[in-house]
Amino acid sequence: MTENLTTVEQILERKSHAVTRDPNVAPTHDIRETLFELEAKGEIIVQRVPEPYVEMVTKYGRTKKIPIEHTWHHKSCGQCGHIPGYSSSIFWLHRQFGLDYLDPTDQTSCTGWNYYASATSNASAQAAVMSRNFSAAYQTGYFPMIHCGTSYGHYKEIREQLVHHKELRDDVRRILDKMGKPLVIPEEIVHYSEWVHVMRNKFAEKQVVDMSPITATVHPACHYYKIVAEDAIYDPDIYGGQRTAVVTAVLEALGINVADYSTWFDCCGFGFRHVLVQRDFTRSFAVLRKIETMKNEANPDLTVTHDTGCVTTLDKSQFAAKAHDRKVGIPVLSDAQVAALAMGAHPFRVVQFHWHSTDWRPFLDKLGINWQKYWDEFQSDLDAIRAGTKSGITWEDADKPVVYA
Amino acid sequence: MPTTIESWNPGKAENRHPDVTYDEKERLFLEVKNDPRYSDFLYGCYECGICVSTCPSARFYDYSPRVIAQAMAREDIERVYDIISEDIWNCAQCFSCLRCPRGNNPGGLVTLLREVAVKNGLQETKDVLQGYSRVIYKVMLKGNQVSPDMLQPDFFPDWGPWVKEFSANMPVWRKAIPVDTLRGVTDAAWRTDRKTLLELYTIWFETGNMDIIKEIDEGLYDLLADVMQEELEEG
Ligand code: SF4
Ligand code: SF4
Repeated sequence: MTENLTTVEQILERKSHAVTRDPNVAPTHDIRETLFELEAKGEIIVQRVPEPYVEMVTKYGRTKKIPIEHTWHHKSCGQCGHIPGYSSSIFWLHRQFGLDYLDPTDQTSCTGWNYYASATSNASAQAAVMSRNFSAAYQTGYFPMIHCGTSYGHYKEIREQLVHHKELRDDVRRILDKMGKPLVIPEEIVHYSEWVHVMRNKFAEKQVVDMSPITATVHPACHYYKIVAEDAIYDPDIYGGQRTAVVTAVLEALGINVADYSTWFDCCGFGFRHVLVQRDFTRSFAVLRKIETMKNEANPDLTVTHDTGCVTTLDKSQFAAKAHDRKVGIPVLSDAQVAALAMGAHPFRVVQFHWHSTDWRPFLDKLGINWQKYWDEFQSDLDAIRAGTKSGITWEDADKPVVYA
Repeated sequence: MPTTIESWNPGKAENRHPDVTYDEKERLFLEVKNDPRYSDFLYGCYECGICVSTCPSARFYDYSPRVIAQAMAREDIERVYDIISEDIWNCAQCFSCLRCPRGNNPGGLVTLLREVAVKNGLQETKDVLQGYSRVIYKVMLKGNQVSPDMLQPDFFPDWGPWVKEFSANMPVWRKAIPVDTLRGVTDAAWRTDRKTLLELYTIWFETGNMDIIKEIDEGLYDLLADVMQEELEEG
């Protein structure tokens, strides 16, 4: 009964209810149907999501299959290069459940970071890079799981372009032919944070650290839910279905108090080119629009996100702001790192806190984790590596969860 | 001179770049407009400003995704030239502006404009990308945008003492990562097969990506082409 309400009241009324999610009235077509049509015409191969998978509801009420294992890990250059505890936590979580996965060396990054930074590429090159990676995954029999939010968004955009433009498909096929590779598009483009979301209650079952003292804010990654928005996971129980459910749901499952702040929709300030060569913008935006707002409105112990650039930007931008007496000092982690820590992953061998620059010690103190003890342990690993008695840290050193007193 | 119906040019921009001919500006505009993706990115514009309210760059620069959508929709050639020669590099490519109720993609328009600016070697674009060449070198050669060895105090002084500590410890910290493909690798984000990189080089040559690099930075092109061609010949 909204006819007697003013326009503003109608909007508020609508916003206070969960959105109706009905694929029959979705504003976009279901791209998977087009993929299967193209496959039937012999134009592409559609790689099917392997069993076991879980079906999740996406923005317009469609379902999306999220594979649990037999996954080909499309790594992120920003994660592996600058925040390796992000990647090692994703793998560590898989290993805790004995899940079958492949960490390939036949993989390049999506090169999307460069494309969004400098445009020194074109549609064919970007589509060929994606298709080469997808074809490489297909040839191993493992299904792609994308670690980077930008790769995920970029690949969804390229999938749209490939589906809608025959000339582009023909060009990419011509190039792949030279490598003896078929044109493959996976049935679903899956982000690792969707797998984390699906696994969240399993993580909670194996949780060894009480996370209830922690208040966290969430920064949802732009390239996860803004680009080809219909692919992101939504859940009426999380923010009434008004925002993506990933990240927030896993934190709640682990007993963390998730606090809201008004600029949640803002980007982090990464800017692709800006973070590398014009960081005055990146720093200002990250501090003034994100970190300080979080501090003022929620005063969290931690902020959590699910993409490469966001972790880097939000974490690394805080140092210089201290010189200007800005309100900063919120450690930044990915959802995978938080889940791994909660399940007993070693703070340095696995979570690799030492690659993060905003002080994370108060956060670990609050959890009752004697980080100095584990840092000393890690230092003896490093000493052994320096002395040549150990070649490096392996899964044998890192798999076993820490038993906290 | 009184305005006549022929000379009336409502809302269109003045010529701020008289050194470039109108025909040249129009040619660049048409190159953007004729991109097959253009029709997916612009459906008209309500001037509602929703894109501006959500745009990070609009907060810190004299920059507006609404102006870009408007200028493109009105085919305001002079304004589009202002945008392509300057504004586009302010965009953070976050795609928050996909919130547009008209279904536009102003960030996508920026991507197309940037591609045309790069392909045509606009001087302003060359200037903007000058300090960025070493990143292009890395991504094209290694297939990774960033690597641990790029984290040096001279490149990231504002990231604090952490960068110094990191760069002093980098080789040993890299060995202390349990992921097999990462362990010990410092000049790339992970260990990549040689065959994979040769396939990547094939993509750069076959798609005309190398010609784009040549247009924007001939020295960088020579460096890259030398290494890639030698590797490809070795097979
Ligand atoms: S993509 Fe560019 S124009 Fe769009 S909101 Fe982000 S910074 Fe603004
Ligand atoms: S949100 Fe869309 S319709 Fe509104 S001003 Fe921006 S481009 Fe135009």
